Amino acid sequence: MTNIFRGFGAVFYKEVLHVRRDFATLFFSLIIPLLQMVLLGFGIDTNIRQINTVVFNADGRRESRELLDRLKNSDTFHINRYVQSDDDLNDAIISGRARVGIKIPVDYSDRLLHQMSAQVLVLIDGSDSSVAGQAINVTTAIGLDESLRRVLQDRAAFAVDMRPKILFNPDSRSPNFLLPGLTAILLLNVTTFLTAFSIVREKERGTLEQLFVTPVRPMGLLLGKLLPYLGIGFFELTLILTFMRFVFRVPIHGDVFLLALLSLPYLFVSLSLGILISSKANSQAEAMQLAFLTILPSIFFSGYIFPRETMPWIFHTLSYFVPATYYINITRGIILRGAGVVHLWIDGLALFAMGTLLLILAARRFHNKVIVA
Amino acid sequence: MATPPQSSVEAAISAEHLVRRFGNFTAVNDVSFRVEKGEIFGFLGPNGSGKTTVIKMLTGLLPLSGGSAWVEGLDVGTDSEAVRERIGYMSQNFSLYYDLTVAENLQFYGRIYSLEPARLKRRIEEIVQLNGLGPYLNRLAAQLSGGWKQRLALGCAMLHEPKLLFLDEPTAGIDPVARRQLWDLLFELSGHGITFFVTTHYMDEAERCSHVAYIYYGKLIADGTPDSLRQLPDVQPHGTKRIEITAPEVTRALRLARRIPGIRSATIFGQSIHALVDEHFDLDELRNQLLKNGIAVTEIRPLAPSLEDVFVELTYKQQALLEVASD
Repeated sequence: MTNIFRGFGAVFYKEVLHVRRDFATLFFSLIIPLLQMVLLGFGIDTNIRQINTVVFNADGRRESRELLDRLKNSDTFHINRYVQSDDDLNDAIISGRARVGIKIPVDYSDRLLHQMSAQVLVLIDGSDSSVAGQAINVTTAIGLDESLRRVLQDRAAFAVDMRPKILFNPDSRSPNFLLPGLTAILLLNVTTFLTAFSIVREKERGTLEQLFVTPVRPMGLLLGKLLPYLGIGFFELTLILTFMRFVFRVPIHGDVFLLALLSLPYLFVSLSLGILISSKANSQAEAMQLAFLTILPSIFFSGYIFPRETMPWIFHTLSYFVPATYYINITRGIILRGAGVVHLWIDGLALFAMGTLLLILAARRFHNKVIVA
Repeated sequence: MATPPQSSVEAAISAEHLVRRFGNFTAVNDVSFRVEKGEIFGFLGPNGSGKTTVIKMLTGLLPLSGGSAWVEGLDVGTDSEAVRERIGYMSQNFSLYYDLTVAENLQFYGRIYSLEPARLKRRIEEIVQLNGLGPYLNRLAAQLSGGWKQRLALGCAMLHEPKLLFLDEPTAGIDPVARRQLWDLLFELSGHGITFFVTTHYMDEAERCSHVAYIYYGKLIADGTPDSLRQLPDVQPHGTKRIEITAPEVTRALRLARRIPGIRSATIFGQSIHALVDEHFDLDELRNQLLKNGIAVTEIRPLAPSLEDVFVELTYKQQALLEVASD
């Protein structure tokens, strides 16, 4: 009688005992992600507002003051100083006291009154490309708007009237964008680390070697070790979603049960990754380093912070091999866009395929490098 | 698959021409031996000489590169799972879960071997009785002293009533009392027909085994009972005998003894000198010579070689052979 899952029950029960005995580890592995959520949820706003701006108004008359008011009202600029010379204007930007410098020439009002083109100089600190981009967009838009109004007077409506409507996350709140993505990183963190550690600890202790001379089958051993951490991963997911919904007020537009279902293949991937790491690492310190190695691409190449569309082609290609890419598409899809299974089944399938591949790879490595070594 | 010869079915372990290669390196080179049921088989050798590799091969963890092995009448190459059902294994670092209690450790290993609850309960009671673990059942394994950890580990390895137990350096790092108690236990169990395969570095433990083998860099260079090994011609060169000289001033005595013709080699063992001398060397004559030089002699007597002497001699021989081969 061969049962390829032999030993599963015994290992599962033992693993639950370990987790219960080492309550502190469990507690911190569940709490630290929530702290990370608080930091990102409350502390970070990716929308660019209130850029420090220095102004040299050489003209000073009503038209020039109206222009400055419009810049201020855009919410993009915060005028924090006025200077009286070109040198001071430059100096304010070089010293970092302001990121944008605006110079209104002495003849600004005169030229407008004489129906001539008036120029305004906008100096922008390009060190932070997103700040610079926002400054360019808003100043150009205000300039264009100002020109059109002067040309058209009050005569007619604009020939082309663009009416943008933001469908999801209409207020462009950062938590709505960041937290669903963060879920992917946090789950990976918890499950990969815990699985890898639980196996590497047995390696260090020598108990793994002992198990191999018992009739336990590798499948029984691995599943017995995986399932408790799958449970913890799921609990963590529930915790994160509850926090996201009720503390950060991120509305969940789609079906929570679909989200739970599609989280399974992702957890499967991260657990398999944990086993793969444990087949390589011989100490917990080594496992820690390898686990960080898997976290980094998940942060940078998954679209969690940086949009995948703007990546160089090589990183864009790479992002297809990062499991978090698919899971972030799933979480953002369900939470923000209310997507259903018709939109997301392919992501779920991709994750499932990755998980299977990784598990096979991990099991084979495990056999060759750990048992027969 | 080779059908096992009748004699292999009867033996606890029958290894024939075992070979294990890792790449170009031959870790185990043509090793053959046989362990009868109920023996305490001592497997000795320096670190890295292939002891663990042999254990891994016999327990079905490592495929054989050559040769064949039967354990309890089962071919380890094709029947490794059935082999693992029938053997127990205790590693030198007492593979226990330190964050589980004594009882939980026993229960875990019992479930691993799929013992039914009733049998598991009975076996745990028996083991606890035998090893005296009773007072510690609810204590965490981490809190046990070395000796008790070792008893628990042995208990875990015996739950499923194996007929053959592999003990990999079972007494490394535990106190002398616990060491003696373990050996008493092994003798008792071996009286019930259980076979032990024990690796050790302690020569006094080797002396207690009913059968010893010595492996040196992958080759088995000694195999037999301790007494038969002592009689080996390589150990006791023809025309020589061993004597023990006990003297109060042992270092001065040694200096002098080395100058006396007829004494081939001499070393200090505690308060006495062990010397290899010509077969017809006159012991009374030796005593007179020492006394003449002002050295008091307590006793001079013939001596049988110890197992340590045996392994030292055999290792020298083997090293000489290897040097010849590499020249």
